[in-house]
Amino acid sequence: MSEHTVDWTRATAARMADALAAGEVTSVELVQAHLDRIAAVDGPVHAFLHIDAEGALETARAVDADRAAGKELPRLAGVPIGIKDVLVTKGLPTTAGSRILEGWIPPYDATVTRRVREARMPILGKTNMDEFAMGSSTEHSGYGPTCNPWDLERIPGGSGGGSAAALAAFEAPLTIGSDTGGSIRQPASVTATVGVKPTYGGVSRFGAIALASSLDQLGPCGRTVLDTALLHEVMGGHDEMDATSLNEPVPACVDAALEGAQMDLTGVKIGVVRELSGADGGYQAGVTQRFDESLERLKGMGAEIVEVSCPSFEYALAAYYVILPSEASSNLAKFDSVRFGLRVEKTTVEKTMLATRAEGFGDEVKRRIILGTYALSAGYYDAYYGSAQKVRTLVQRDFDAAFAQCDVLVSPTTPTTPFKIGERIDDPLAMYLNDIATIPANLAGIPGMSLPSGVAPEDGLPTGFQILAPAHEDARLYRIGAALEASLTAEWGGPLSAQAPELEVAE
Amino acid sequence: MSSLERSDVARLAALARIDMTDADLDRLSGQLAVIVDAVAKVAEVAGEDVPATSHPIPMANIHREDEVRPSLSQDDALAAAPEAEDGRFRVPQILGEEA
Repeated sequence: MSEHTVDWTRATAARMADALAAGEVTSVELVQAHLDRIAAVDGPVHAFLHIDAEGALETARAVDADRAAGKELPRLAGVPIGIKDVLVTKGLPTTAGSRILEGWIPPYDATVTRRVREARMPILGKTNMDEFAMGSSTEHSGYGPTCNPWDLERIPGGSGGGSAAALAAFEAPLTIGSDTGGSIRQPASVTATVGVKPTYGGVSRFGAIALASSLDQLGPCGRTVLDTALLHEVMGGHDEMDATSLNEPVPACVDAALEGAQMDLTGVKIGVVRELSGADGGYQAGVTQRFDESLERLKGMGAEIVEVSCPSFEYALAAYYVILPSEASSNLAKFDSVRFGLRVEKTTVEKTMLATRAEGFGDEVKRRIILGTYALSAGYYDAYYGSAQKVRTLVQRDFDAAFAQCDVLVSPTTPTTPFKIGERIDDPLAMYLNDIATIPANLAGIPGMSLPSGVAPEDGLPTGFQILAPAHEDARLYRIGAALEASLTAEWGGPLSAQAPELEVAE
Repeated sequence: MSSLERSDVARLAALARIDMTDADLDRLSGQLAVIVDAVAKVAEVAGEDVPATSHPIPMANIHREDEVRPSLSQDDALAAAPEAEDGRFRVPQILGEEA
């Protein structure tokens, strides 16, 4: 095959890594192909807030030179990546999707940014997100929404809509996300991509702009389970700069993905969570149908399916929307017009803060800061924050009981296929329901994955399959996920992402 | 628990240091009242006998020797400041005229 017929943007990251190692392609060629693709389609998709073409090419040139010199390189060296704008990147603008940080250039790298650089992966740019990761649609970005490559009138999920859309539009083979209540998994679901929220503490959060510190976790996003596993192993591991970082080895995600791809699940017990299964209604028919079909495939590979019940999950969404705003209201106090970011100058420092935060924050951020300030105020603390922390205990107990009966739990990732931009923007509660199935994992700190289960017959849009594992057992996600992916792609004749409609290419 | 009133939102916004116009208060207080009523259900199952969980994974404090390590230079730390003077962050006056 001549090189002119290979469209490298369609390849998996694993394939790119192998091709680089074999001398079939250079990193400069890979980076340039993705920069060209971004130039061609990112106008309407708007997955990126900032592109660093020169920085990415410089890394690529250095990797190519080292490879030519016979130096040993990390597996993903030379494979390009996009980084969610929640992670600080030294020398590259970082806004977390907020106008209050417009133009801010961080003076340091997040630990995960450092690990990506040490893995010698060219950083294409920073991906769009809901402001401070508050949202499920990326419509709350201070810089305009990202659109779903499957249908540009629809949302790409959120908060990591930019990281998911960049994958679905073939603008990057790998991206980094952050998941506080589903911000990696729900965008993966609605864009037919793969996303993993690791065990709480599995990936360092040093340099990640905090939303809710007891819930936040950074994780890998890709188009395939194996690619996601490769990135997970780059990101993970202990970091003394993060007091919540787990001091234990990175899970063997890649080995688990390779094992899963053998499609043998003999002896594996899979629990269907009744409260997340849509059995009580409220889920789109095509979402439920693809979920049920996926269960049959898992059964066909030897897995035993059991139903489990987690009655406290009914209260998880409410607990989450007490805990998250409470922690966020505290974390966002640092945007005070003094040390970095926007300043709207008034006569006194207090008036300056009032005016700066009024202008710099969007409505969803204001709503959640007010809500959190209320939940933490004297007289209300016990009823709201105290109660929500008790619900958290009940959710954990439900998970403990469920995992006593099975190895992993499964559900649809989100109740519907992607909805239209603007449809839920004025109804915060309707927006919050998108995360009903993903939030329990964050409350309990356990790992979760979303991978494509198909498209809904009624609208032809992607549906997602969620897998949850006990804390520290992230590898199980990759084994079960890779098995289901292998079974589905065999039928589809390739990854689901290849079925996305062709995007119009700009001149 | 009572629902959130417009005057509560105004007081909370002041506490959180966010200026709000009448239009902001009109728009946000209705939405916030609905959210507050919805999340109030957390109290339904929070019995006396249920312990609170603040963190999902049990953790211990981390200690290290109290030694000087490399950190941001003064220039780096001040580089993004809206205003700096003599190696320090400069802010508008702290006390108003009424003080």
